[in-house]
Amino acid sequence: MTMATMPNIIPALPELFLAGVIMLLLMFGVFQKGGIKDNDVAAFNIVSMLSMVSLILAVFLLIPITGPRITTFADMFVIDVFAVFSKSLVLVAAAFGILMSRDFMERHHIARFEFPILILFAALGMMLMISANDLISLYVGLEMQSLSLYVMAAIQRDDERATEAGLKYFVLGAVASGLLLYGASLVYGFAGTTNFDALAVLFNGGETSTGVVIGIVFILAGLSFKVSAVPFHMWTPDVYEGAPTPVTAFFAVAPKIAALALFLRVMIGPFGGLIEHWQQIIVLVSILSMALGAFAAINQRNIKRLMAYSSIGHVGYALVGLAAGTEIGVRGVLIYLSIYLVMNIGTFACILCMRRGGRMVEEIDDLAGLGKTHPLLAATLVVFMFSLAGIPPLAGFFGKLYVFLAAIESGLYLLAILGVIASVVGAFYYLRIIKIMYFDEALDALDKPIGRDLSAVIGVSALIIILFFAYPGPVINSAQAAAKALFAG
Amino acid sequence: MVDFPLLSILTFAPLVGVVAILIIRHDDENVVASNARNVALFVSSGIFLMSLTLWFGFDQTTADFQFVENVPWMEDFGIAYHMGVDGISVLFVLLTTLLMPICILASWTSIKERVKEYMIAFLILETFMIGMFCALDLMLFYIFFEAVLIPMFIIIGIWGGVRRVYAAFKLFLYTLLGSVLMLIAMLTMYNYAGTTDITVLLTYDFPIDVQKWMWLAFFASFAVKVPMWPVHTWLPDAHVEAPTAGSVILAGVLLKFGGYGFLRFSLPMMPEASLYFTPLMYTLSVIAVIYTSLVALAQEDMKKLIAYSSIAHMGFVTIGTFTMTVQGIEGAIYQMLSHGVVSAALFLVVGVIYDRIHTREISAYGGLVNRMPAYALVFMVFMMASVGLPGTGGFVGEVLVLVGAFKSNTIVAALAMLGVILGAAYMLYLYRRVIFGELTKDNLMSILDMNRREMAIFAPLLLVTLWMGIYPVSFLDFMHVSVENLLQNVEASLIQNGMLAVSGR
Repeated sequence: MTMATMPNIIPALPELFLAGVIMLLLMFGVFQKGGIKDNDVAAFNIVSMLSMVSLILAVFLLIPITGPRITTFADMFVIDVFAVFSKSLVLVAAAFGILMSRDFMERHHIARFEFPILILFAALGMMLMISANDLISLYVGLEMQSLSLYVMAAIQRDDERATEAGLKYFVLGAVASGLLLYGASLVYGFAGTTNFDALAVLFNGGETSTGVVIGIVFILAGLSFKVSAVPFHMWTPDVYEGAPTPVTAFFAVAPKIAALALFLRVMIGPFGGLIEHWQQIIVLVSILSMALGAFAAINQRNIKRLMAYSSIGHVGYALVGLAAGTEIGVRGVLIYLSIYLVMNIGTFACILCMRRGGRMVEEIDDLAGLGKTHPLLAATLVVFMFSLAGIPPLAGFFGKLYVFLAAIESGLYLLAILGVIASVVGAFYYLRIIKIMYFDEALDALDKPIGRDLSAVIGVSALIIILFFAYPGPVINSAQAAAKALFAG
Repeated sequence: MVDFPLLSILTFAPLVGVVAILIIRHDDENVVASNARNVALFVSSGIFLMSLTLWFGFDQTTADFQFVENVPWMEDFGIAYHMGVDGISVLFVLLTTLLMPICILASWTSIKERVKEYMIAFLILETFMIGMFCALDLMLFYIFFEAVLIPMFIIIGIWGGVRRVYAAFKLFLYTLLGSVLMLIAMLTMYNYAGTTDITVLLTYDFPIDVQKWMWLAFFASFAVKVPMWPVHTWLPDAHVEAPTAGSVILAGVLLKFGGYGFLRFSLPMMPEASLYFTPLMYTLSVIAVIYTSLVALAQEDMKKLIAYSSIAHMGFVTIGTFTMTVQGIEGAIYQMLSHGVVSAALFLVVGVIYDRIHTREISAYGGLVNRMPAYALVFMVFMMASVGLPGTGGFVGEVLVLVGAFKSNTIVAALAMLGVILGAAYMLYLYRRVIFGELTKDNLMSILDMNRREMAIFAPLLLVTLWMGIYPVSFLDFMHVSVENLLQNVEASLIQNGMLAVSGR
């Protein structure tokens, strides 16, 4: 093979498109701003709009890809239906992340055009992660995402909590990356390759050396950190609480989806043959995450912190599907993630509406009496809470249903039983929010109106959550196709 | 009639009412409230009239499911939107549709705040309740079964009494814990049988050791719903704190979910396990009957007393169900129906004086017969029906259950008889303290008898109670074929697995 061979770039077209857009927007932002301070907001607004448009365009570039899996860039990059599904979720999450941040950023005088571009960078990193077909490209994508996220956490740089969150996230994230790299090097050392396809062939029989298993454990630890699963969750509550709310909203959704998709790809793909070695670990991590998410959230007073624990719990549920290690399990995870995306976007949009006298408030008790003062907002938040608790007929129930179905089919009864019990405990704190909104007497009312962007986001996501049961076919069938594609590789 | 989706229309018609209430917009709060009341009453009455089609159109000679609708829903999972009723479920649908307009009427003046939301919650509740009794798919059943918690939580939490938050949380979490275990069992069923279709599962033969675990999981859910001793403690709290109409629905319909569940799932799908666990059921039921009757004797709060009496009555239901005799099961169903009417009426009876005096303390009353003769009469009829006086619906159910119990286990029957006696004791004692005696309390001196709205509420319930007592055949005929068919399947399965001699019972 000569050096001059041009790789097939068609499979990576959405990524290349996004990368090009990022360069252009970066230039545009710099020149638009031209060093004049007042131009900040104008540049922010234009770049935000263009970023959202290009994210949506990228989804449209992805959707036509329906064929069998293709690898390119010397087998470092893979595209299949699974990748298309996960990337679409990530891109949608990123677009919503920008949409929800606009109002907040302007209010807090941090409307810098770099912010949407950072989201684009993160999204690009996530797409690379999802399409990784090699431990090297995995790491590159992961770091690209993580570095963007660290900066985003600290974007409100004159705020003590935000900078602390950013620094904490960075330091702990670096440790996790180190663990992951160390694991990858062990796998490479014992297996002699970093390519997923080659590894899959090698481990097909289920036999391997201890070194590889240790490597897998380290990789698992690194990935668990990225999805904030117990026992690598410690950073989550602090970062969620400290980061500006729109950033938290973004953190709770897009990186989780990307990291879980990567988790699925790595565990099912190259290490699929070694399921007996890693299944126990995933089961344990899943149980611990569900339990911690349920119990630790009970005493939280800050709603962002509560959502952090809630997200830890939800990762636990998603991992139930991975623990099953079957096609049905993967399908369950993907359905779970799709629904999780909508629920969390809706909930965070509601949290972003919590302003009193122009200032953000974050205590749960600030919601008291919302049922009287903002009936519609309260009603939608009730929908999201019941859905997060997994009560039918709301969408959240179906997410849980499909992962637990997979667990039962794989004979993981204990995991399923502990999982549903954790969900009952978890229901308690979601109900508490409803209780505060409806059963408690009102304090001073929160600010009105809540803004067009946020109303639209809340309305659309509430409708999806309520009506999911009526027409679940599209999501389930796409997830099915995606899961099948992952196993076909 | 085959193509006419009657059950779906019944199930989802309340949502039309919800939409209608939501689009009523007016600046004046009172106009919105009265509109909401009228829409809710109109819709629920319309649904009741429509549901009479079930009464007249139901074929009593077959055990097959009728008015069936079957549309694929989540295909690769095999979940279908499958609805239908048989002799066991059809009367529960009618009970629900009957109680609903009564609830709306009962809340006419006592609910003053957030009337719009209240009516919406009740209409949504009706959708879920009717859907639950009609569902012929495990997942569909589960969705309706658990979804009921959402409106119930909100009804108790917003319009309830002083300790409403505690009661609402207890109701929700207790029931949810039971339900999620049932969900696991349902997924296990799907895993074995490859379908969630109830009609197929009714005759599917699960391995016995799996059955036992599944039975326990279903038991966890239904026992809480019934409720059985010792998981009954949520019920008195919920009843005491719920608004009157909430108590009516709770006692009238929601408690039947458990009994219905035992009949629809535990018995036919897990017959061997059911036989195996019969001693457990008998023990818990007998304890429930005797213990809660004694507890009821000691109550100072009227609603709490009736709540405990509900637990005792539902104890008869679980005894009857697990006698696995025609009389026992028909008695159990009959007891549920008559309890649905009678206990609902008793909560309304309490509601009438609560609306006037705003206390449920028994000691705050006395001598009401002097000022409220019509009320005393109505109270007496329902009190007697609750005791099980011949000529009322309560009698037929209890007698059938006891006949079935004597066939199966004399000791259980004898102990259950004790419950009947205690039942008479606490109800008569309650009646004496509230109605008879001297009218001495100052605030009772000017109390008014029932008005026309209240009479209109009690009239249909009175009629049904007496009808059920005097001519039970018109109700028993509905269930007879279905119950026999159910028992035949259970016995066939037991014989096949060698757990029952071929001669049968």
